Amino acid sequence: MDILSNLAMGFGIALSPFTLMLAVAGCFLGTIIGALPGLGPSNGVAILIPLTFTMGLDATSALVLMTAVYYGAMYGGRISSILLNIPGDEPALMTTLDGYPMAKEGRAGDALVLSGVASFVGAFLATIGLMLLAPMLARVAFYFGPAEYFALYLLAFCTLGGMASNNQAKAALASCIGLAIAMIGVDNNSGMPRLTYGNMHLMDGVDFLVAIVGLFAIAEVFFFIESHGKGSSIGVKLDKVGIPWKDIMATKWTMLRASGVGFVAGILPGAGASLGSFLAYMSEKSLAGDKGGFGTGVPKGVAAPEAGNNAAAGGALVPMLTLGVPGSGTTAVLLALLMTLNITPGPTLFTDRPEVVWGLIASLLIANIVLLLMNVPMVKIFVKILMVPAWVLLPGVTMISFVGIYSLSGSYFDLLLMVGFGVLGYVLRKLDVPTVPVILGILLGGNMENALRRAMVLSDGDALFLWSSPIAIGLWIFAIAGFVAPMFMRGLLRKPQRITD
Amino acid sequence: MKFRLIKALVAGAVLTAGAGGAATAAECIAPANPGGGWDFTCRQIGKIMHDIGVVDKPVQVTNMAGAGGGLAFNHVVTEQNENEDLIVAASSATTTRLAQNAYAGMTADQVRFVGAIGADPGVIVVGKDSEIDDLDKMVEMIKADPSSVAFAGGSAVGGFDHMKPLMILKEAGFTDIKKIKYIGVDGGADAITQTVGGFTQAMTGDMSEVVGFLKSGDVRVIAVLTDERVPGFDDIPTAKEQGYDVVAVNWRGLYVPKGISDEAFNNWADKLQQVADSEEWKTAMEANGLAPFTKVGGDFQSYVDGLIEDINGMSKELGVIQ
Repeated sequence: MDILSNLAMGFGIALSPFTLMLAVAGCFLGTIIGALPGLGPSNGVAILIPLTFTMGLDATSALVLMTAVYYGAMYGGRISSILLNIPGDEPALMTTLDGYPMAKEGRAGDALVLSGVASFVGAFLATIGLMLLAPMLARVAFYFGPAEYFALYLLAFCTLGGMASNNQAKAALASCIGLAIAMIGVDNNSGMPRLTYGNMHLMDGVDFLVAIVGLFAIAEVFFFIESHGKGSSIGVKLDKVGIPWKDIMATKWTMLRASGVGFVAGILPGAGASLGSFLAYMSEKSLAGDKGGFGTGVPKGVAAPEAGNNAAAGGALVPMLTLGVPGSGTTAVLLALLMTLNITPGPTLFTDRPEVVWGLIASLLIANIVLLLMNVPMVKIFVKILMVPAWVLLPGVTMISFVGIYSLSGSYFDLLLMVGFGVLGYVLRKLDVPTVPVILGILLGGNMENALRRAMVLSDGDALFLWSSPIAIGLWIFAIAGFVAPMFMRGLLRKPQRITD
Repeated sequence: MKFRLIKALVAGAVLTAGAGGAATAAECIAPANPGGGWDFTCRQIGKIMHDIGVVDKPVQVTNMAGAGGGLAFNHVVTEQNENEDLIVAASSATTTRLAQNAYAGMTADQVRFVGAIGADPGVIVVGKDSEIDDLDKMVEMIKADPSSVAFAGGSAVGGFDHMKPLMILKEAGFTDIKKIKYIGVDGGADAITQTVGGFTQAMTGDMSEVVGFLKSGDVRVIAVLTDERVPGFDDIPTAKEQGYDVVAVNWRGLYVPKGISDEAFNNWADKLQQVADSEEWKTAMEANGLAPFTKVGGDFQSYVDGLIEDINGMSKELGVIQ
């Protein structure tokens, strides 16, 4: 009964009036961030990280707030998917397929409540899975040396690169841009500065938060400017909100299966929530067959991707906590938060800092319940947020970004860099090059290089050392499969086109 | 190490809130983000100075992160050279980087080192089942085959953790230090994981980083690099006892601008000495895994000069600098 006593300890840490208040605030903010088109969980968390420093929060409180925002955004993404047919964030993409048709039939309320419940089931089961599996996975980490880590990072690049875009070449290009940026700074293996051009600001390399906020938030601002801040309006009517018990009961097995699929997808480093919702939707679709009516507004088509993407969000925390390797863009940002708080996720986190781990798990459970209570009855209120005109939203996002980044290091240089990344993000999106692999490159590129070079130091430059263990070989096989498979399954994996009507 | 940083972070947040309005108060620059070792130094020393009454107003802490302390060093040398109310947190990392010319051409004699008043002892650690049981055995193995013992540490190649085993090997008369395998990983915990996992044979780091693993029985400390055994870890032999005259500690101290008067310098040295002698500091050291290590004033300047010379020589041999 270790788990129960640990969990009790976790609740002891996470459950105080102050943290509960943070959880509620975080859930609310997260839901809004998730619901706002374009603002997804990763930029939501990235933007709010500096806030935790400004508020002077300690590690536990900061974690509670950020996980609440994280889960909140995963919940909120569905709102604009269903009402506007615009995914609030990338993982909510699949929800548009059946959610919007349901809304058009006048069942928007049902779709929102059903997807809220599905989100809860997915996130709840994933948190349980995290609780049971993570300590087990933590022990495995002693088997991970430089060669294994290198293979693991390679796997992350291959799978995420493959899923983030329909075009492998563009995903690879984006990864390479990220890798190149990761080269800047003092080289860990020789102590020599690289690509810094004598600029002391670049000695520590490019802070990935600067890159994330620039590529996502600032680029978003540029898009708003380009579209002359066109306001958004809701195209469907939201009459009454009831609880569609019949639909919930009818989709219970769908939710459970989708949660399982999503969780596994989330655990794979780099795969993340988008893959989770995609796989969950696709597997339910093939189970139901042609008669299932997927794509025409069926409850199962709403429940599956929502359970899947929220389960994946929980699953992605497993490798992040036990190996220090993020399973998705958002956990990458959370990893950055932990590292800034001087908590290094990794094999020893569970033994070294049980209060952090179990506090986190407890706060996930709290956030989940808060979200369910908040989302179902308050659907109507959240919908109002979508009517916020861009001219209010835009200056807000810009201000938060600038203040946040400046507060990180107190240097104007980072602000220039952030705007530079904003321009880069704008150009890349114009060219339909995904920005997620760029972030991944910056975040993991340095680690991947270090792992390779450590392996070379230990083996006296013998390349075969990279395939010296079954774990490493297995990871290589997955990595190659993950990179090659999408090329052959292009037709199957094509992202759904937005319905234009 | 990580443990105390969090504590410092929390304490720091409270302190900053309290230190707001003091415009003419002394300032302490921590050349890193809140929560690091330098931040701890500024906040603790600043707080104790105020608590024991050697300064009238709370010391204001400014975080100036960048280039491993280089930005703050540059700022002090070029813009604050005559500010008598300024102190800056420093540690072994400061002198290591100065010795390796990592502050864009600036040198240690452009500031004055006031003193150190506490230190994290350096350690050499092996897995619990390792065949290495003391430094003699380790040196013997390396002399027979330099690639038989690989080290993992929490600093980059050429960093202070890397230097520790090299200092011991130099003492032992082994000069081909380029042959020694060292991998720099992300912090002491990671270095221990690699050693327990068997990917490296030994770990080099600070005492505070290994305490947790020592308690869990996963590792053994074969030598601590201090003058005398560390209180609380009395069964761990020093390198000196084993015949290797190496002292390598991660000290915590201060430097001040070069241009201030001797009177102002002595004033700071005196204040620092009073902090070192206070009960408050002893408690803070204990809570954060630091061992007593007090060198203040002229004494300390010569220690720093010696350290920089040593590290500079070794870095040249390693090829970290030309």
